[in-house]
Amino acid sequence: MKFTVNGEPTEATPRAGQALRTLLRDTEHFEVKKGCDTGDCGACSVLVDGEPVHSCVYPAHRIEGHDVTTVAGLGTPDALSPVQQSFVDAAGFQCGFCTAGMVVTASTLTEADPADLPRLLKGNLCRCTGYRSIRDAFAGITNVTPRPCAASSSGPVDPAACAAHAASANPGSGCPTAARSHAAAPTTAPPAATTPAPRSVGTSERAPAGARIVTGREEYTLDVAIPGLLHLVVLRSPHAHARITRLDTSAAEALEGVAAVLTHRDSPSTLFSTARHENRTDDPDDTLVLDPVIRFRGQRVAVVVAETVGIAEAASRLIEVEYDVLPANFDPAKARQPGIPLLHSGKNPNDSRIADPETNLVAALHGEYGDIAQGFADADVTVSGTWQSHRIAATALETHASIGWLDDDGRLVLRTSSQVPFLVQKELARLFDRSLDTIRVFTARVGGGFGSKQEIQTEDIVSLAVLKTGRPVQYEMSRTDELTVVPCRHPMRVSVSLGATAAGLLTAMKVDVLSDTGAYGNHGPGVMYHSCSESISVYNSPNKRVDAEAVYTNNMPSGAFRGYGLGQVVFGIESAMDDLAIALDMNPFELRRLNAVSPTDPLVVTHVEGDDLVFGGSYGLDQCLDLAQNALATGPESGRSLPAPDGPEWSVGEGMAAAMIATIPPRGHFAEASITLGLDGRYTINAGTAEFGNGTTTVHTQLAATALNTSASLIGIRQSDTDVVPYDTGAFGSAGTVVAGKAVLAAATALAVKLGEVAEALTGIPATAWQLNSEGLSSGDRMLTLTELAAAGTEAAPAVTTVRIDGGVANAAPAARGITALGTHAGHRRSLAFNVHAMRVAVNSRTGELRILQSIQAADAGFVINPEQCRGQIEGGVAQGISTSLYEELILDAEGTVTTSVLRNYHLAQFADTPTTEVYFADTADGLGPFGAKSMSEAPFNPVAPALANAVRNATGRRPRELPFSRDRLWRLLNADTAS
Amino acid sequence: MPDIFVVFTDQIPLSRGLGRRRAHRKGTCIMDLNTITDVRLARSRADLVALCTTVVPLAGGSALFGEPQNHLEGFVDLMTLEWPALTVTPDGLDIAATCTIAELSRFPAQPGWLAHPAFFQCCTALFGSFKVWNVATVGGNLCASLPAGPMTSLTAALDGEVLIWSPDGSERRMPVTSFITGNTTNILTPGEVLRSIHLPLRALEARVGYRKIALSPLGRSGAVLLGRLERSGAFVLTVTAATVKPVQLSYDALPDADTLRADVERLDEWFTDAHGAADWRRAVSCVLADEIREELA
Repeated sequence: MKFTVNGEPTEATPRAGQALRTLLRDTEHFEVKKGCDTGDCGACSVLVDGEPVHSCVYPAHRIEGHDVTTVAGLGTPDALSPVQQSFVDAAGFQCGFCTAGMVVTASTLTEADPADLPRLLKGNLCRCTGYRSIRDAFAGITNVTPRPCAASSSGPVDPAACAAHAASANPGSGCPTAARSHAAAPTTAPPAATTPAPRSVGTSERAPAGARIVTGREEYTLDVAIPGLLHLVVLRSPHAHARITRLDTSAAEALEGVAAVLTHRDSPSTLFSTARHENRTDDPDDTLVLDPVIRFRGQRVAVVVAETVGIAEAASRLIEVEYDVLPANFDPAKARQPGIPLLHSGKNPNDSRIADPETNLVAALHGEYGDIAQGFADADVTVSGTWQSHRIAATALETHASIGWLDDDGRLVLRTSSQVPFLVQKELARLFDRSLDTIRVFTARVGGGFGSKQEIQTEDIVSLAVLKTGRPVQYEMSRTDELTVVPCRHPMRVSVSLGATAAGLLTAMKVDVLSDTGAYGNHGPGVMYHSCSESISVYNSPNKRVDAEAVYTNNMPSGAFRGYGLGQVVFGIESAMDDLAIALDMNPFELRRLNAVSPTDPLVVTHVEGDDLVFGGSYGLDQCLDLAQNALATGPESGRSLPAPDGPEWSVGEGMAAAMIATIPPRGHFAEASITLGLDGRYTINAGTAEFGNGTTTVHTQLAATALNTSASLIGIRQSDTDVVPYDTGAFGSAGTVVAGKAVLAAATALAVKLGEVAEALTGIPATAWQLNSEGLSSGDRMLTLTELAAAGTEAAPAVTTVRIDGGVANAAPAARGITALGTHAGHRRSLAFNVHAMRVAVNSRTGELRILQSIQAADAGFVINPEQCRGQIEGGVAQGISTSLYEELILDAEGTVTTSVLRNYHLAQFADTPTTEVYFADTADGLGPFGAKSMSEAPFNPVAPALANAVRNATGRRPRELPFSRDRLWRLLNADTAS
Repeated sequence: MPDIFVVFTDQIPLSRGLGRRRAHRKGTCIMDLNTITDVRLARSRADLVALCTTVVPLAGGSALFGEPQNHLEGFVDLMTLEWPALTVTPDGLDIAATCTIAELSRFPAQPGWLAHPAFFQCCTALFGSFKVWNVATVGGNLCASLPAGPMTSLTAALDGEVLIWSPDGSERRMPVTSFITGNTTNILTPGEVLRSIHLPLRALEARVGYRKIALSPLGRSGAVLLGRLERSGAFVLTVTAATVKPVQLSYDALPDADTLRADVERLDEWFTDAHGAADWRRAVSCVLADEIREELA
């Protein structure tokens, strides 16, 4: 069969049931992505004879004689098409996985009426951005800082800070230029440069991969052709609780093309947890790679490895399995009752770190500060209620996937979609009893994470298959896998009671949490503890009580999700605070001001928190409250709030909620990063942090560029590879900027010092007399180029130079390949970031429809290293908050089967569903983070649900207590007295 | 569940042939339809004899390729029959089953066709994007027989009549409202093919009011209602997406608000799924019916 792709004649023979998407990828057109394979997400969009289609549901045999255009055919990184250029200029992507399809679709809409974009883009889902930057791309708005001139002189190479924003500094655009003019945070040593120069930090530097992403050239996990690749298919359990009594794989093994069939008989007997943390003991060891006991519907039963996916699927259908089906429990409230099926009975509670396997208890926290009974006795006003959060899926557009092989040295190599390659390496070494140096784990660009990739979902089984067959093996999870077996957010039942004086001061705060961890305890304890941390310590109360339990059920496992438990409990506490404000007839902003913890207060949950968690010299909650309240109050008059719809069925209300978050996960988060000045005179950063839309790659280059007084665009980066740096805990807990970034900054600072020492050794002119710029060092009219410095380093100044910055240390030394500085940061001291969200909504009592008229978030991110990126993180977090609060819901039937197994039944917010959110930054600078930065990735999500709920309460007089606030639920809430 | 379907799902047993092995299969939505071993490009009606329980018609393919089909072994591609998509006749419009949603959405109004805006409106009720319109077909949408199928909404509301080709060479016709028998079920028997849908001129010349609601602004329909006010004054309300199959209420003249509301409330085909609870669907159908009544009054 002949056809053309991007003008190139192509010949291929499609299989009878093949889709165009896989045919294109078979011919190495890896720019065509898979997001859903059901025609819903649009990541695979291509043009057929100029008409856009979803190639995943386009029969491949029909392409004969036709012309296909992919995103790669629209332009190249050196010659972007106008639409591609507009996505780069607008920063219209984060992870970039949806971008190929988004750009292809946009290329057909250049004449479209902007008002029709919601309809025209409903088949293009973006999980990262919240769509504002995509809307900007369509509108031709530039959000990134313009690039410096190509032939930069020794003068300033970067334009004035945030020039793009300065031109259009609208309120709520997140532009900090008007708000601040910081010098470097006091803790950060200035680089060798002594003249003031425009700094890269504080500007909206574009993502280094941008031009590759918008042209489909950036590689993701599976975008590579590997000869001899085997494919892995998993046979999954039809039962929620069962014991496998017979497993006959002979027919499957006999099928031609099958390389291996793996069952629990092949599994390592080592118990582990799919969840990954710096300390592996944070999570219970309750899981086997393949287990003869089934604990949730969809658990792995067996695995087939074969020459093609089709053969593996056919073989999996030939596996004969018999089960002893066991009673199952799906109700977390019943999990600890006598007679309820036990999921992990018999496991050693100490070895496995399960609080009580004989009552399905994974973890528990019971504690009291002060005297809670006295606190309520002292209260003039008390409020209480119970709030239920639901199951939601992270739904990164790139599904979990990995490819494994043995390299020439016999090392096990994994190319995987992970936020934590180093932690995966450590656990695989333990599982397969190999030394660390026999395993390499790396990632290409990762297509979104949101916590779900802080988890081993593919790497263990691929490793087993590679070790069994000796051949390269690929495992690609489907969207249905993501929605039915990949861990979801922990559903929680949260009961809150508050007591306060008539003046509004809290006297008592009581929180009871029941968390459903599902069939396995991955992230169960951590999420439970974290859920009851900053959510509670954000308010002062002399008396507090917390009772929290995480329990096993036969539901799909729960795991890490943006916010890591905080969102669920913040929903309850901020709703209760709203009830308290109503009971006190007090403004809800004012109630927060009155009770919010301040830098002079202790941080208390059930006791005063350890001194690793501090305010870090920055505190912006007060500013956030002011910014959000003011934006809300002035919304209607300024036109930033949409007008309320007409009709007596509509009621309008306002709501707000606050949230606090630690900038780094507790108990250690380590990063090592190096920067090398190569003999070619170019800088290269080596960092452990994976890039999955978090933007840390951009931030790392900005930090290094600022310390080295050069342009970020002149700095290369290699990352997320266990071969590249010694260690990095990983990209979770929003640590990419404040931990790994600090290591990069330390390394770059040390390198700058070392370059001065080299110059001094070469010339006798003191190191302090040299100024570093993008070309090299200059002193008066003397100039040493970077190339000269790199070449001279080894002989001129061979000694190791050690530089310390606050929280980080770096050693710089010349070597054969140039001068390298290795920086480390331990992340032991943690600061606090704040977010306040405010909403104005209209609610229709006849249909339950909710319209967001105004959405506002004020954030205390410390010094904002990249305003456009940070704004994007906030907008994306808010969009996820809106999507999960109004639309998304994993629904399970009575047998524990997830019925919302495809995206059309699990509704991710579309362009049409996502309002623009005004973003405001508090003017603070942290003492711990690089240049005063704080983390800002997970946090924006947390206050959104309660802000919406409080606005509904304000509009209608009725309080939603169960997520999501879907139209049918809101309609019932508002018609509870009349509905049958 | 898909929005568009070209397999006549009611013909196909969910488990077939391989017995208990297959019973252990959990469907995964992944990539290609690897059990399909043959695609026959139909050139004439004679090619349809290949159809059986495991060899099914393929039209646009947008839904068939979006669901596991491990029970199937072959396709007969109907698109190569090259049926004229839309044919205006003296007594109305014939829509080929293989007419794409895109073709329907672009079809120009004919003189006197007051119902024409409903064509595009119903296309927008499809959950699939405008890119799906380029491949999905009207017939496939009907044969999927999903409650939210917007081509069901349109053709039922305009008193559409389907033409079915039977394997013995005969034909039969029936109203769309009889063709759809339930949530994803229809009247087709093994080997039968939906050939076309006829919309009568009388309905095309009626004024039509359209309303849709979903759990999100442009989401999969929870209720799609169309009201048709004919020149004679007769009024027909068609309720879809909220009910397991299309339901019609017919009146000699536009009813008053209380009558219409009571009649809608009295229907009992409401259902619950991820796109809305049954009680909500009933309530919003009452709201939308009233809006349509007011629009046409």
